[in-house]
Amino acid sequence: MTRISLTVDGVTYEEEVEPRLLLVHLLRDRLGKTGTPIGCDTGNCGACTVILDGRSVKSCSVLAVQADGSDVVTIEGLSGVDGRHPMQEAFHQEHALQCGYCTPGMIMAAIDLLKDDPDPSDEAIRHGLEGNLCRCTGYCNIVRAVRRGAQSMSSPEVVSGI
Amino acid sequence: MIPATFDYVRPSSLSEAVSVLADAGEEAKVLSGGQSLLPLLRLRLAYPSVLVDVGRLAELHGIRDEDGHITIGATTTHDEVVRSPIVNAECPLVALATATVADPAVRHRGTFGGSLAHGDPAGDLPAVALALDMEFVVHSASGERVVAARDFFLDYLETALEPGEILAAVRVPKLGVGWGFHYEKFHRTAQSWAIVGVAAAVRLSGDPGGTGRRVEEARVGLTNMGPTPVRATQVESAAAGIELNGSLAPYGGSAANGSGTAGGANGSGRHAGNSTGAALREAAAAAAEGTSPTGDLHATPDYRRHLARVLTHRALLSAAATV
Repeated sequence: MTRISLTVDGVTYEEEVEPRLLLVHLLRDRLGKTGTPIGCDTGNCGACTVILDGRSVKSCSVLAVQADGSDVVTIEGLSGVDGRHPMQEAFHQEHALQCGYCTPGMIMAAIDLLKDDPDPSDEAIRHGLEGNLCRCTGYCNIVRAVRRGAQSMSSPEVVSGI
Repeated sequence: MIPATFDYVRPSSLSEAVSVLADAGEEAKVLSGGQSLLPLLRLRLAYPSVLVDVGRLAELHGIRDEDGHITIGATTTHDEVVRSPIVNAECPLVALATATVADPAVRHRGTFGGSLAHGDPAGDLPAVALALDMEFVVHSASGERVVAARDFFLDYLETALEPGEILAAVRVPKLGVGWGFHYEKFHRTAQSWAIVGVAAAVRLSGDPGGTGRRVEEARVGLTNMGPTPVRATQVESAAAGIELNGSLAPYGGSAANGSGTAGGANGSGRHAGNSTGAALREAAAAAAEGTSPTGDLHATPDYRRHLARVLTHRALLSAAATV
């Protein structure tokens, strides 16, 4: 067992972990962060995307021991005291989900994309989300939602958490 | 799935890392970003006894502009390579190809050296390494050695790295002025491997926009056309000496986007029908010579050979158009 310390959604945890424990299993099974789903288990689908030290990663492709000392933000860490994060609200408003399984990963990838490109074109959005698969084929609404989320996040009254 | 058990070591220096590896023997694996290794562990296709995590070693990280070449530390992430002003200025082909590796989240974790050390012929970087004659700086407990790209890729997922050795850095020669580059990749989704990819570099004589331009030198590396990346040497010699006249743009004006489009693999019709296009197509016709592509769910060997010819033509045109 290896002792690690990491911050998840603003809370610091000390955990004894097996080296083979994946970050996504740590989040879900040990810390109860079940908002991050496991999709494909092969690194393809992006459903388990979280923000690790400021950038999007697939948490099924990171060992928990590799995240030692790191800062992790999951979908559960987005909403503040005043409700949904603007990107969550945009997905809600644009009906950017059907089954919803890909949604946490889509939202985390979208927020990551906006760090480089606060006002992305539809093409840039599609490129930025190319690591995230939606099998309900709701991509049109997802692209609309990211555009809407980008607009609300850039408006002055919104202060983003991450 | 959950990986089989292994021990985990995170050395604090390169010398400690090679010493741990020397003691661990053949069952040890080096871990950096883990974007190739962790899927293998999860699918239980690999059973290392110990993972040596070099992902945080500063001495293996970063991009340096040096005399005659740039040095890319093995643990530099794909994302850092794509953003690097040095890489974009001195060896843009590396940035072009790296930008097509998987997707943003994988590029945030995956590393330049890890991708090369993995030695997958379907990966995008090995063909680029071959085309640019990169050099691999390898460390072990007995010191440092440098391996040329042509001697590095031995077989499917097999490289010249011996047990106990770590790829520390890769040197990319600066090619100088007059070169144009393109990476043409044919794949189904961002995360899937290239069905075939072509890395092309061409050096032209004459002034941009002027007449009498000529291909002086061409370098072509092929992705996924055999158990190792392949240099298309016959294409290289056939392309040298081709006179350029008329439009080089393969897609009616824009040669900027390297992503393959599934509808256009017939190799004709969409390219400029001028003599330059025809001459480069003739040169590209030799692209599959000497290759031994595999057949799988995505493509038969014959289809891969066809793609190699078509994509090489596109890559040469696009590379020439960027000079």
